[in-house]
Amino acid sequence: MQFGVFSVSDITRDPVSGETPSEAERIDAIVQIAEKAEEVGLDVFAIGEHHNPPFFSSAPTTLLAHIAARTKKLIVSTATTLITTNDPVRIAEEYAMLQHLAKGRMDLMLGRGNTAPVYPWFGADIRQSLPMALENYNLLHRLWREDVVDWEGKFRTPLQGFTSTPRPLDDVPPFVWHGSIRTPEIAEQAAYYGDGFFANNIFWPKEHYMRLIKFYRQRYAHYGHGTEKQAVVGLGGQAYIAKRSQDAINEFRPYFNEAPVYGHGPKMEDFMEMTPLSVGSPQEVIDKTLTFREHFGDYQRQMFLMDHAGLPLKTVLNQLDLLGEEVVPVLRKEIESRQDPETAKPPTHALRVKEKYGDQPARQPRPNANRGDNVTGGSPYQDTE
Amino acid sequence: MTEQFKLVVVSAGTSDPSSTRLLADRAAQRVATLAAEKQYKVDIQVVELRELASEIANALVSTHIGPKLQKAITALQHADGIVASTPVYKAGASGLFTSFFQILDNDLLIAKPVVLAATAGTARHALVVDDQMRGLFAYLRTIVVPTSLFASTEDWQDNALNQRIDRAALELVALMAAGFEKQVRSESWGRYQHEFGSAGGTELSIDLDSDLMRLAAGGHA
Repeated sequence: MQFGVFSVSDITRDPVSGETPSEAERIDAIVQIAEKAEEVGLDVFAIGEHHNPPFFSSAPTTLLAHIAARTKKLIVSTATTLITTNDPVRIAEEYAMLQHLAKGRMDLMLGRGNTAPVYPWFGADIRQSLPMALENYNLLHRLWREDVVDWEGKFRTPLQGFTSTPRPLDDVPPFVWHGSIRTPEIAEQAAYYGDGFFANNIFWPKEHYMRLIKFYRQRYAHYGHGTEKQAVVGLGGQAYIAKRSQDAINEFRPYFNEAPVYGHGPKMEDFMEMTPLSVGSPQEVIDKTLTFREHFGDYQRQMFLMDHAGLPLKTVLNQLDLLGEEVVPVLRKEIESRQDPETAKPPTHALRVKEKYGDQPARQPRPNANRGDNVTGGSPYQDTE
Repeated sequence: MTEQFKLVVVSAGTSDPSSTRLLADRAAQRVATLAAEKQYKVDIQVVELRELASEIANALVSTHIGPKLQKAITALQHADGIVASTPVYKAGASGLFTSFFQILDNDLLIAKPVVLAATAGTARHALVVDDQMRGLFAYLRTIVVPTSLFASTEDWQDNALNQRIDRAALELVALMAAGFEKQVRSESWGRYQHEFGSAGGTELSIDLDSDLMRLAAGGHA
C-alpha cells in the first residue's frame, strides 16, 4: 500500500492570519511540502493542474521534475492531469520526459476538469468533455506503446507516422490512474486498459464512490486483467491531526469554515460524519482511514489532502510529521495484516519492468540516423523494422 | 384487500401552524377521505421545509445532503402522490420551496402526481401557482393535477376553496389509482435522462452498448 499527499495547488487566504501567500511563496512551499513528504516516509506526492487563479499549477511536469530531482524515493504524480484540454501528444511527450528524469518514480492521474471557461481557452468545448477525454486517452495509450502511430479522430489533427519521443523509460509506459467521481465511462476505460481507478473521496458520502469502484472492479475482471480484488484502486482522503482531538477540531475549524468548495456550508461535525474527512487525534484518523478498505475493498494507494484552504506552510509541515510518524506507520501495519492476499501490489516502475521483461533486460530504443523526415516508412528505431 | 398510497406533503410555511401547511393538510385529508371511499388507504407523511432550511442552503452551495434532507428525499422517492404547498413572497414561490425542489435529482419525481398549492396575503398573487410553479414541476416530469390550489386571506371563508380542494384531491386520487406513475416508470424509465447514481441513488443501470462506452473501450466515437 502506498501513502501520499495530493495538493490542488490553491492559493487561499489564511482565514486566521488574514494573509494570502504570493504565488512565489506558495510555489516555494509546495516544494518543501513534497520534500517533507519523503522525509516523513510517505510514498507519493501529487499535484493538480489548473489554468486559472487562484491556483498555481499550470505546468505540473516542470514542478514534478524539480521535486523528483530533489528527492530519492518519492513517487511524483498528478491529481489530475487534464486529458481534455491538453493535447494527448504533449501529455505523451512531457510525461515520458518526466519519467526518464525521475528514473521511473512517477505516474499520473487523468481527469476531465469541470471549469467551463477553461475549455475555450484551449480551443475545446466542455460539452464534448467526455468523448474528448475518452478519445484523447485512446490516443495517449497508443503513443506510449507504438513507436509509430497513424491516427485519426474527432478532436485533434490526424497523425501520420508520428513517433512520440522520448519513448517511455525502459519502454514501459507510465502507470495511469483515471480519476472520476461520477462517470461510468471513465471507470470503463480504466477497466478496459487495466489501468488504475482513483476516487477523490473528498466531497461526497462514500456510497457515491462505492458504486463506481464496484463497477470498475467488475469491468476490470470482465476484460481479463485479473480478479475484481486485483483491480488497482486509489482513494483520496482529507485529514487534520493533532495529539489531542479537541485541539485538532479547534485548530481546523476556521479553515474548514472558509474552505473553497464546502466552506460557508455544512457544519464540520456533519461533514466529518458524512464524508471521509477526519479531524482528530492520530488514532481517530487511523480508525477512520481503516474503514475505507471495508467500504471500497483493499486498495493500493491512499492520498491525503493536507495543504488546502489557506493552511500555512508551518502547519502543513507539522501535519506531515504527524501523518508520517504517527498515522501512516500504524496504517501500514494494520492494513498489511488485514489485506486480502489476492490484492495487487501498488504500481511502481520496477514492478512494471519486471512484469514486462521478467529477468530479461529492458528494451532501450536507439534511433536510426536522421533521414530528414519521419514519414517514409520503416521504424525510427534500430531494433525494429 | 386495500391498496395503500403513500402521500407526501411538502410545506414551505414558516410559522407553526402556518396557513400554507393548513391548506396542504386540508388537501391531504380530502385525498385520504376520497381514497378511502374507493377502498384505498392513504399513509400521509409531512415534510416541513422550515426544519430543513439550513440543510437545504448547505446542499445548494456544497452538494452536501444532510440527514434530515436525505430523509425527505427518500420519502419523496417512495411517494405515490405529493401535495406541495408554499407561501408566495414578492410575487413568487418561497425561495425555500424552489430551493428544495432544485436540489432533487432530475429524475426523482418522474411521473408522480402532484397537487400544487400556494397561500398569499392578497388575491393578486393568484396566478403564481399556474404561471410559475407548474414550470418547475414540468421540468421534474411530474404530473400536476389540473386544479391548482390558491388561498389568499379572503379565500379561507369562502366555500369555493373547499370545492377546489375536493376537485384537486379527487384528481390526485384518480391519477394514483390509475397507476400512471408505475406504468411510466416500468415501461419508459430508460427513455428519460438519468445520471449514474441519480433518482436518489437508485439509478445504477449502465448502458454498455452506447457510443461513449464503445469509445471508452478503445473504439471510435
